[in-house]
Amino acid sequence: MSDLVVSSRVRLARNIGGMPFLSRCSDSQRSELASGLSQTLQGLALAEPMQYIDVESVDELERQMLVERHLISRNQAEAAGPRGVAFSTQETLAAMVNEEDHLRLQALRSGLQLEQCYDEVRHLDDLLEQHVSYAFSSRFGYLTACPTNVGTALRVSVMLHLPALKMTGDIEKALRAGRDMNLAVRGLYGEGTEALGDLFQVSNQSTLGRSEEQIITDFRDQIVPAFIDYETRSRELLLKTRRAALEDKVFRAWSVLRSARVMSAEEALYLLSHIRLGLSLQMLPGLTIELLNQLSLLTQPAHLQQLSGKRMNPSERGEYRAKLLRDTLGAIKGVG
Amino acid sequence: MKIKCQKCGKEATLHVTEIVQGQKIEKHLCQHCANQEGITIQVQMPLAQVLEELLQTAAGRELANLRCDVCGINFLEFRQKGLLGCPNDYTVFEQALMPLLERAHEGASQHVGRVPGSAGETERRQNELLRLRSELKDAVASEQYERAVQIRDRIKELEVE
Ligand SMILES: [Zn+2]
Ligand SMILES: [Zn+2]
Repeated sequence: MSDLVVSSRVRLARNIGGMPFLSRCSDSQRSELASGLSQTLQGLALAEPMQYIDVESVDELERQMLVERHLISRNQAEAAGPRGVAFSTQETLAAMVNEEDHLRLQALRSGLQLEQCYDEVRHLDDLLEQHVSYAFSSRFGYLTACPTNVGTALRVSVMLHLPALKMTGDIEKALRAGRDMNLAVRGLYGEGTEALGDLFQVSNQSTLGRSEEQIITDFRDQIVPAFIDYETRSRELLLKTRRAALEDKVFRAWSVLRSARVMSAEEALYLLSHIRLGLSLQMLPGLTIELLNQLSLLTQPAHLQQLSGKRMNPSERGEYRAKLLRDTLGAIKGVG
Repeated sequence: MKIKCQKCGKEATLHVTEIVQGQKIEKHLCQHCANQEGITIQVQMPLAQVLEELLQTAAGRELANLRCDVCGINFLEFRQKGLLGCPNDYTVFEQALMPLLERAHEGASQHVGRVPGSAGETERRQNELLRLRSELKDAVASEQYERAVQIRDRIKELEVE
């Protein structure tokens, strides 16, 4: 049941040797870094060449689009000064320039694909290294602005969908297990006790003292399987003891998504999470994970406005979002 | 009972539980403030807290006076932002950083893993470059243009090496 893993991300932080870290760079050093790195990144001999977006010069909507596509961080979007992002056509590979570090290289893929992500980001790192010289010490490894990233400067994250653990209340136990493995676990909760999206991001915290391969292998062989096991057991328990309640959650979400006239981004996230569960439990034939992922992205504010071709206020977005979901999911036949 | 957003006081709609370094942290935020915090994306360590504790020790108080002569940052400025100013700070603040690194990295204080092909030989050159760039800044600031030109030439030489 690896469909519990919504996405995998591997990120490397890098700084150019002989330059101060970003917060101590002068304006001209920042520009020098941005223009130098953007040229280098675009000139790399990658199978898929990268395009560069100057984040400083694009408008707010475009920045928001980049955030929603996970190509830049919110910090990067809201910062000031010369900065940008290079990314491949498929958008699995990206390099943020002038974020907290001079370079943040990331590979992001849907589902459980940590090794593919690491291979891709390592290849980018190898190519870059032929053009720039990184700040590195034999003692502390790759030197980063924040000492919590030093060493491999590798951050591995998986986004997990854990609705059954939320329903049975065993999520706290799972989070505690994550803590014992020295992981950072972030959950997003909605109002009251109800989970918003049931999505949890699990990342490694320590980056010093273990090799990249060890960190990746731990995630692949221990951490991810442990969470999958917890969630799977909760689902089995629910199907045995509270099947009607589980099905009701799924089909209620299904019918609201296919008939609502106004829908907030939060409600969409919440309901889409329920039909993600239904899809995983094979209750919703005709629906695909690709469509679901696409809807999760398109229903976010900037993408919605891009799709409609105009600026919309939140209430206009609510109506447009409801219509998009209604039209798309309404076209699917043959479900309960 | 409605819970208020910790940052702006409006009604909180997001209740986030974070487990960081074995500590459970609850946050109550409105959507806007949560977006601003980049919640679900950023992972942050309670660095400030570790640094605060460190400065309470006698050794810590001595460290508070340390300053990097390359980028100019002192230990208190590092504590405020949680960000170092340049690669040289790992050497200048090494003593202060050790306990922090060990806490953040499960006791480890020695890098294991990838090494850039150019490592070793570049370490010294990089420190030299850092120093020259900082001298260049000073020279320009104090209008010593001839000196600035000399420094710039030296930087160019080192960069192509
Ligand atoms: Zn707020
Ligand atoms: Zn420094």
